Amino acid sequence: MLDKFVNIDRRIIFVLVAIAVIVSLLLTFRLPIPPTPPVLSIYNTIEDLPPDSHVLIAFDYDPAAMEELQPMAVALLHHLYSKDLKVIGLTLWPGGTGLAEQALVTLAGEYNKKSGEDFVFLGYKPGVASLIINMGENLHTAFPTDFYGNDTQTLPALRGVHSLKDIDYVIDLAAGASAETWIAFGKEKYKFDMAVGCTAVIGPDLYPFLDSRQINGLMAGLKGAAEYEVLVGFQANAVEGMRPQSVTHALVVVFIIFSNAVFFASGGWRTTRKRLGGAGR
Amino acid sequence: MTFLRRTIPLAICFVLGITIAFQYYVPNQHSSAFLELMTRWDKIIAGFAVFIGAYSLFHLHFSRIKFKAAGWGYSIFVFIGAGIMLFFGFYNEGEGLLADKQEGSMFDWLYIYVQVPAGATIFSILAFFMASAAYRTFRARTVESALLLVAAIIVMLGRVPLGALISPYLPLAADWIMSVPNLAAKRGILLGVSLGAIATSIKIIFGIERQYLGGGD
Repeated sequence: MLDKFVNIDRRIIFVLVAIAVIVSLLLTFRLPIPPTPPVLSIYNTIEDLPPDSHVLIAFDYDPAAMEELQPMAVALLHHLYSKDLKVIGLTLWPGGTGLAEQALVTLAGEYNKKSGEDFVFLGYKPGVASLIINMGENLHTAFPTDFYGNDTQTLPALRGVHSLKDIDYVIDLAAGASAETWIAFGKEKYKFDMAVGCTAVIGPDLYPFLDSRQINGLMAGLKGAAEYEVLVGFQANAVEGMRPQSVTHALVVVFIIFSNAVFFASGGWRTTRKRLGGAGR
Repeated sequence: MTFLRRTIPLAICFVLGITIAFQYYVPNQHSSAFLELMTRWDKIIAGFAVFIGAYSLFHLHFSRIKFKAAGWGYSIFVFIGAGIMLFFGFYNEGEGLLADKQEGSMFDWLYIYVQVPAGATIFSILAFFMASAAYRTFRARTVESALLLVAAIIVMLGRVPLGALISPYLPLAADWIMSVPNLAAKRGILLGVSLGAIATSIKIIFGIERQYLGGGD
């Protein structure tokens, strides 16, 4: 009998997860989302920037990671545009161009910001580390034109910006290893303030950089995005996503506890101990 | 042929490797201009790598279709998807390849309404597989796996708002796990990987490691 629970059909688990997600999306209940210090640090840094400061957002993700990173981008842009800061957008991922443009342009419309004057979208260029170094030496040779073909030398949004050294704050929204590349080849060489927003899966990899203060803030996963949405007073997809995410996490914990209880009750641990003992442990 | 295929690439690698490494320590206008030039060349080479990637992808899937490998039907969709996107990208709402990208094009529509939801769907399927894997494999078989299991439960609950409702100590415990044991382990791995990368780079610059030339040595 217990063996049935040990080797449960995975489709049953899939159905339970689906029910948990759907029900938590349909029901409305509020969960506390207090901002954690690494997220608060990003918010405070942006708050302290004077108007017309330059903030660069690297949209280094593609549609696969958009559910976590696009809400971060949107919440950040709400904050940046409302503070009248000059936003510079680019992506090191070819698949991220459309998402970056969508976020920059849609939010710009809400705040009456104009392309080229209040924000600039540089688009995608290959090279990753080389591109970052190139921007560190001369942003205009790295991107002679913006995404729409305008000469970057003449854009009012880039007035006073010759290289990455002139950027007041860089935020990398990363779905891969781009954050490490920005830190190693950009931040360390050209000495600008930097923060990272990333998927939950790579969040743990970035704690050493946070501890060494190579980045002054970190938003990890949908939770990080939700915290930022709460801070800027724009509660949207990330805050909404906290309900299904919380319930699914709780369900997975229940699965783990239940499967271990069944495992021990069925005597599976004895077999394991014998096997490990036989292997010379 | 050995001179062209081996000696010249090794010489270029050695000279540029040493020059770029020393450039970092030379705060000079000419040094900076040289670095900028090199990065621009590197970006051009990276652009060509896209063609190699595309060729490799199409070659692999063409072979799968040709030899009727398992799941070869999916490979057809690679060609259909790439073909459709390439067509509308080049068509550019009738303006052609050389004109600036047109707004609201079919290419944009396919990106927003096909690629974006498809990518997000594939990523979201992970939640189902992770739940299934957690149930089937996350067992306290040994002391080490029991420790890992307890840490995982604390982090899973502590990193979502529900954890704070269960106990105010859960987020604190999760933060401690992330900021102390996790950080220590990650920093160790990072240092090891970085030292390995430096060692490999030195071997490549001095021609000890030559596998990048192809054919081994």
